[in-house]
Amino acid sequence: MTDAVLVASVLDGLIDPWRSGIMQRALLEVVLLGATGGLLGCWIVWGGLSYSAEALPHAMFPGLVGAALLGLPLVLGGAVGLLVAALLIAAVARVPSLDRDTSISVVFTSMFGLGTLMALSPDTPTGVSELLFGDVLGLTNGDVAVAAALTAVVLLALRLLHPRLLATTFDRDGARSAGLRPGVTDVALIVLIAVATLVCVQALGNLFVAATLVAPAATARLLGRRLGPSMALAVGIALLSGVGGLLLSYHAGTATGASIAGVTVAVYLVVAAAAGVRGTLTGRARGPRRTRTG
Amino acid sequence: MTDVLLDLDGVGAGYDETLALRDVSFRAAAGDRIAVLGPNGGGKTTLFRVVLGELTARTGTLRVEGDVAIVPQTERSRLDFPVSAQDVVLMGTIAGRPWWRGPRRADRDAAREALAAVGLADRADATFGELSGGQRQRVLVARALVRRARVLLLDEPYRGLDTTSAGRLDELIAELAGEGRTLLIATHDVGQARAWDQVLCLNGRQVAFGPPATTLTAETLAGTYGGELLRVGHDGELAVVAEHHCG
Repeated sequence: MTDAVLVASVLDGLIDPWRSGIMQRALLEVVLLGATGGLLGCWIVWGGLSYSAEALPHAMFPGLVGAALLGLPLVLGGAVGLLVAALLIAAVARVPSLDRDTSISVVFTSMFGLGTLMALSPDTPTGVSELLFGDVLGLTNGDVAVAAALTAVVLLALRLLHPRLLATTFDRDGARSAGLRPGVTDVALIVLIAVATLVCVQALGNLFVAATLVAPAATARLLGRRLGPSMALAVGIALLSGVGGLLLSYHAGTATGASIAGVTVAVYLVVAAAAGVRGTLTGRARGPRRTRTG
Repeated sequence: MTDVLLDLDGVGAGYDETLALRDVSFRAAAGDRIAVLGPNGGGKTTLFRVVLGELTARTGTLRVEGDVAIVPQTERSRLDFPVSAQDVVLMGTIAGRPWWRGPRRADRDAAREALAAVGLADRADATFGELSGGQRQRVLVARALVRRARVLLLDEPYRGLDTTSAGRLDELIAELAGEGRTLLIATHDVGQARAWDQVLCLNGRQVAFGPPATTLTAETLAGTYGGELLRVGHDGELAVVAEHHCG
């Protein structure tokens, strides 16, 4: 095979998938997920909320499945799921022998188990189980439009909340002393994570949401030295990983949601390994810096 | 007559049924530098929270003139969070503007002025976590200054600083007091406390308040820290042996 033929073959492999409407909608969805996951993910990672980003989709899952079974909007189902989870956590936390983290883990795992039972039950119509694994290739124009609207809400809210998120993440006590209310900012961020989960869940499935919300920002954290560029980097990584996952799925015939999540995590692992090697060579590791005196 | 910026009379406060701090009565004038001495759990943080308005006094009365701001220990900030010194100072302007509005030119100018006031005008774009401990402390002072606070609460500001940085902080504290601000400085350095205008000793209650020369006696320090925490040096000077956190 000559070089020209090889190049043409590679180009064809990169371009050909996007000729179909299915892949075009998937690409648009991946762009929306990249913008949401990259930007929101930075606050999730910097704010130490990665566990919440992993747990929230699980808590919402029975609500999402219930809404799908009843033909109600997923947003409504997700909100009900979260409300039930919050009430259960409050109830379980009253058990004297359980600490807060254990209570949350018990509730989230139970909720996810319940949702999975509902989704995979033989009587459940086909399609509901896709909430578990996602189906980015099965999205309609309406699905993409809803995702675009929710993405716009998340991005606008992040823009407006930016100064407060900045101050609260940097120094919680200082923010409180400056007249801000960190608790309100926390709740706003959790609500945005819930909305972002709704954006992601149809495309990637409940199991892979956390990869999009956490991995690109975690990768950018290893590379960026300032918040603005780190956010741009996180969005770029999320977009490239999404496109890479779609191409992998198209050519290798793998599950699309899993492919996107797999590529996103693989990028993180490669960058983390490179950063580790670089840190070893230069004697300087990334992450929380030691306090210097003087 | 000198302005009284802080006036506490019989103040007591706590977090549950019991009071963590009681019977605190003192007046602080503009320009006063007041050392706040006390062991862990002695009530320094509780006092600061009451003065900041985060905790309501259960007994007594409290009167504060103008805004109050705290300068926390730099270790309590996120040193790995990639923000510049100017970003940190701008955080002090958030509370003064509507929640939907970002910082404007006036806010940025105020932040630059505050950084210049603490001698860090040329470090505005430096990443906060990469500054030295002394520089970070001054950035946090600038964040308090941008709020135009007249009462500043400094939580162990000398912790982790080398002699040069501590000297610069001494000068800055003197300048701030000279501008008419009242400074309450939590510290465990009895020697340093002697250089300031007043000393407030706390141990669950107010043990003593007054000028260092008459307040920092062996008896008062024993009542504040307990006798086992004191040592007497070759020159007879008293010092706190144990390392403490503000509490």
